[in-house]
Amino acid sequence: MNTETTIIAPATPPGEGGLAVVRLSGSSSESLLRRFFKPSGKFPSLDSHRLYHGNLVDTDGSLIDEVMAVLMRAPRTFTREDVAEIHCHGGPLIVQQILDLFITAGATLAQPGEFTLRAFLNGRIDLAQAEAVADLIHARSVSAQRVALNQLQGKLSQIIRIYHRQVVDLLALVEAHIDFLEEDISPPQPDVLCRSAEEIIEAIEKLLAGFNSGRMIHDGLRILLAGKPNVGKSSLLNCLLGESRAIVSPSAGTTRDTIEESLLLHDLPVRLIDTAGIRHTDDPVEQEGVRRAREKTGSADLVLLLINADQHPDQDDLLALDSCCEQKLLLVINKQDLSPPVQLSPPWSDYPQVFISAKYRQNIDGLIEAARDLVGLSGGADSGESVMLYERRHYQSLLQAKSCLQRFISGCRAGFGFELLALDLRDTLQSIGQITGETTPDQVLDRIFSQFCIGK
Amino acid sequence: MFSYGKEYQVIVVGAGHAGCEAALAAARIGCSTLLLNLSLDTVAQMSCNPAIGGLAKGHLVKEIDALGGEMGLNIDVTGIQFRVLNTRKGPAVRASRAQADRRAYALRMKQVLEAESRLDLKQGAVDALEVEGNRVVGVKTREGITYRGQNVVLTTGTFMRGLIHVGLNHYPGGRAGEPPSIGLSDNLRSLGLQVGRLKTGTPARLDRNSIDFCRLEEQFGDDHPRPFSFLNRRIEQSQVSCYITYTNERTHEIIRQGLDRSPLYSGIIEGVGPRYCPSIEDKVVRFPDKDRHQLFLEPEGLQSNEIYPNGVSTSLPPDVQLAFLRSISGLEQVEIMRPGYAIEYDYVDPIQLQPTLETKLIEGLFHAGQINGTSGYEEAAAQGLIAGINAACRARGEEPLILRRDQAYIGVLIDDLINLGAPEPYRMFTSRAEYRLLLREDNADQRLTPFGRKVGLVDDKRWALFEGKLDQLGRAREIAARVRVAPGDRKQVARLGLPDLNNGASLEELLRRPQLTIKDLAWLDEELEGFPGEVLEQLEIETKYAGYIRRQEDEVARFRKTEEVRIPEDFHYAGIGGMSAEVIEKLEKIRPRTLGQAARIPGVTPAAVAILSVLLRRG
Repeated sequence: MNTETTIIAPATPPGEGGLAVVRLSGSSSESLLRRFFKPSGKFPSLDSHRLYHGNLVDTDGSLIDEVMAVLMRAPRTFTREDVAEIHCHGGPLIVQQILDLFITAGATLAQPGEFTLRAFLNGRIDLAQAEAVADLIHARSVSAQRVALNQLQGKLSQIIRIYHRQVVDLLALVEAHIDFLEEDISPPQPDVLCRSAEEIIEAIEKLLAGFNSGRMIHDGLRILLAGKPNVGKSSLLNCLLGESRAIVSPSAGTTRDTIEESLLLHDLPVRLIDTAGIRHTDDPVEQEGVRRAREKTGSADLVLLLINADQHPDQDDLLALDSCCEQKLLLVINKQDLSPPVQLSPPWSDYPQVFISAKYRQNIDGLIEAARDLVGLSGGADSGESVMLYERRHYQSLLQAKSCLQRFISGCRAGFGFELLALDLRDTLQSIGQITGETTPDQVLDRIFSQFCIGK
Repeated sequence: MFSYGKEYQVIVVGAGHAGCEAALAAARIGCSTLLLNLSLDTVAQMSCNPAIGGLAKGHLVKEIDALGGEMGLNIDVTGIQFRVLNTRKGPAVRASRAQADRRAYALRMKQVLEAESRLDLKQGAVDALEVEGNRVVGVKTREGITYRGQNVVLTTGTFMRGLIHVGLNHYPGGRAGEPPSIGLSDNLRSLGLQVGRLKTGTPARLDRNSIDFCRLEEQFGDDHPRPFSFLNRRIEQSQVSCYITYTNERTHEIIRQGLDRSPLYSGIIEGVGPRYCPSIEDKVVRFPDKDRHQLFLEPEGLQSNEIYPNGVSTSLPPDVQLAFLRSISGLEQVEIMRPGYAIEYDYVDPIQLQPTLETKLIEGLFHAGQINGTSGYEEAAAQGLIAGINAACRARGEEPLILRRDQAYIGVLIDDLINLGAPEPYRMFTSRAEYRLLLREDNADQRLTPFGRKVGLVDDKRWALFEGKLDQLGRAREIAARVRVAPGDRKQVARLGLPDLNNGASLEELLRRPQLTIKDLAWLDEELEGFPGEVLEQLEIETKYAGYIRRQEDEVARFRKTEEVRIPEDFHYAGIGGMSAEVIEKLEKIRPRTLGQAARIPGVTPAAVAILSVLLRRG
């Protein structure tokens, strides 16, 4: 690739906004900036990493915009190249004008991801970190940002390296008995080997178990609103959204399609899905809505099933419950404002429940807390220490490592030869290595020599 | 200075295990070859233990044999005890080992060298290379003779600036009782090669008549000794036994008392010794909890009274050696015939080599054996063979032979040496081979005979035998897939002990069952039954381990992907911003040929490999 070029791109999303930022990276960043940026006041040169106020002018000297600009000289920049940023007024027209100006003067429009690619090629970040950077940019919330930051700082790699070392130790035990059979080393006992492998599996499982939380924090928790028609799902949705998007209507069956909304609930990104009310119907359009609703229930992390507090659950409520009873479910008992709640009997009383009033916005906080509790994200997600798995690639690799170790254990129990068991352990290392890219050239022999007295 | 008139195509310096293979290979391929040794009375010496083979080493010998080398043939006729190790484990980790009659081994090898028509065997001590520009053009001996030749293979063993230590006494020597080679390593250094220092050691040799064997555990050879060479069907000579005994707490106490006079622990020895072959004093110090260490008492030959005590190599003073040996059961009255010693010697860092074993710095100069930091006769012979082949190929303007890690232990060996260097003496282990289940002793012929044929070391006789075996194996596979046992064949089902056979099964399917061997099944087909044992064994291994073999083949396919991403020879590393100076220095030094090789260089981080990969793919 040609790293000689200086690239330019808007660093803020397109559209109207108070401010927009245009970023340059490459060796000509400084000269290009100096050519078109005229600081207010006399500055013979620009200090690095310092924000200046001034005007951005065209080649003929005419004013384009009043801006703030900062020059960051290599190597203390994201790409390790000279970087310049121009903070202009928001608006597609101004941004386009600025891009045109610099491109005419010799800059190149950056390809998608090219700033990150340069950071990577210049050794600023490694591959796993590059993934994390992409995530950091897309992180929806404070928690997701923390997970991404942890990875950026290599916490996941650290933990993976511990597993890696434990498997290497295990492999050393097995290999020693293949290569040094005349060395008076007693063969490793299968149950000892199995126990060590089980311990590693346990640790891996712990990390794997966090994947769901990690994924929810990262991608957003999928919450499905369910309940019979007219029970108030759309009101709840609106109440959570803080604005009216879905139709709220007293006539049953108005929301025929599903509506999906993204929102942040106490730092937690949520994808809230409102479905058609579920009930018996002969209307084909409505049937379609019901079918979609049933499909959606399958992919949700949590179902909020709404029922009325002022009447005993009826057939339609039961039908709604049936459609989602396989899921993690929170019973939301609505219309607390109208009358004292009825006493619930099984199966209704078997589910965790929370009372709210969607209309008067009562106990919405309680609902959110109960939801977080149920999906296992209460508090834990905020703890700065937690290392969470959220990348599906990493999850798959660890899952694979786990199954290799399980194969090792069953081989061990079946009395398979050490060289075949070693293959399973080497496959485990390979799977683990996919996450951090570690290889094991001499590590196994190193372990053998430090553990056993080898040598005739 | 007297210039020897003849111009050789290949000159080999040193007639140890590497040198003999190199010279024979070059001559057999058709090159006029000169083999020089310090003394013609010390050709193909076993300086340390009198044995060939063992785990991973046996694999190397079989590979040498398949390529057309001599080591397997030589041990087959001079071995005095043959054993297959790990017989209760899988085929990939079974290995052949033989005790050798030291003198017979050396004598026969010398005869083979002498009988080779294009090979001149001469005595001479090389002390400098003749170099023009960056090309070698000959060698110069201390006797004042210059031999001209464009391809030189150096196999100097432990001789370059060899220094022998016994207790606090030390003296120059290449091996006990023999002078060192002085001058050559200085010459190499002055040519720009990096020379380092390593250490190894050997135990005392004991007088057989002073040992009380009847109290010791006897170790016999196999009832049906199996030869190393593909060309040999059986071992004719009778076999002798080895004996096993152990050190004890008193032995260890004596050793600890003597440590103040150990050259290792008093800091006199600066060279790095091998961790896998520590001296007994090393074992006692590093593993204080172990209350005994095992010794094998191995005869050095049928005509010799000397016994090699495998496991107690030492450089302690002679009085301590005698005292600790006499504390060992069976050795209470032992007499030492030759004291044990440690030896330090110069080696040339092998990361300066190409995969052909030619040095990067000097064209036509090849290194093989201990000069590359390896230990072991088999490792030396394997390199000698490859260096000899490639020197000959260079002389004839032919493509060199480079074996990959997935093709041979020899490939693993050389790839490790040129990428990892040899910070300690390098020995082969099966665990170094990622594709261990594919690199077996039993299929060495199938893996490598075609390569040997291509370079010209496999003659028509061996080739015909090999093709015959392949044909039979092909037939055997067909038969195994075709012949079926039906549940109705009561007699067969009963004889096989298969009451659960409900649907019938092919011979191949039956062979996959753990409890059935080819011996249980071969009688089901007359033709199959008539095939030789090696063919049936091959069929059995291929069938029983098919699943594992396929898994490894998948891994090889993945491995070859990065192996096929070539790095241009003039690739400019310095311009890459993302790599640390240290990584760039390593890449510049080794100049890997492929992305896969780059990844195997220690210190080259995964991040650096990723960057390299992106840059290479972008072109």
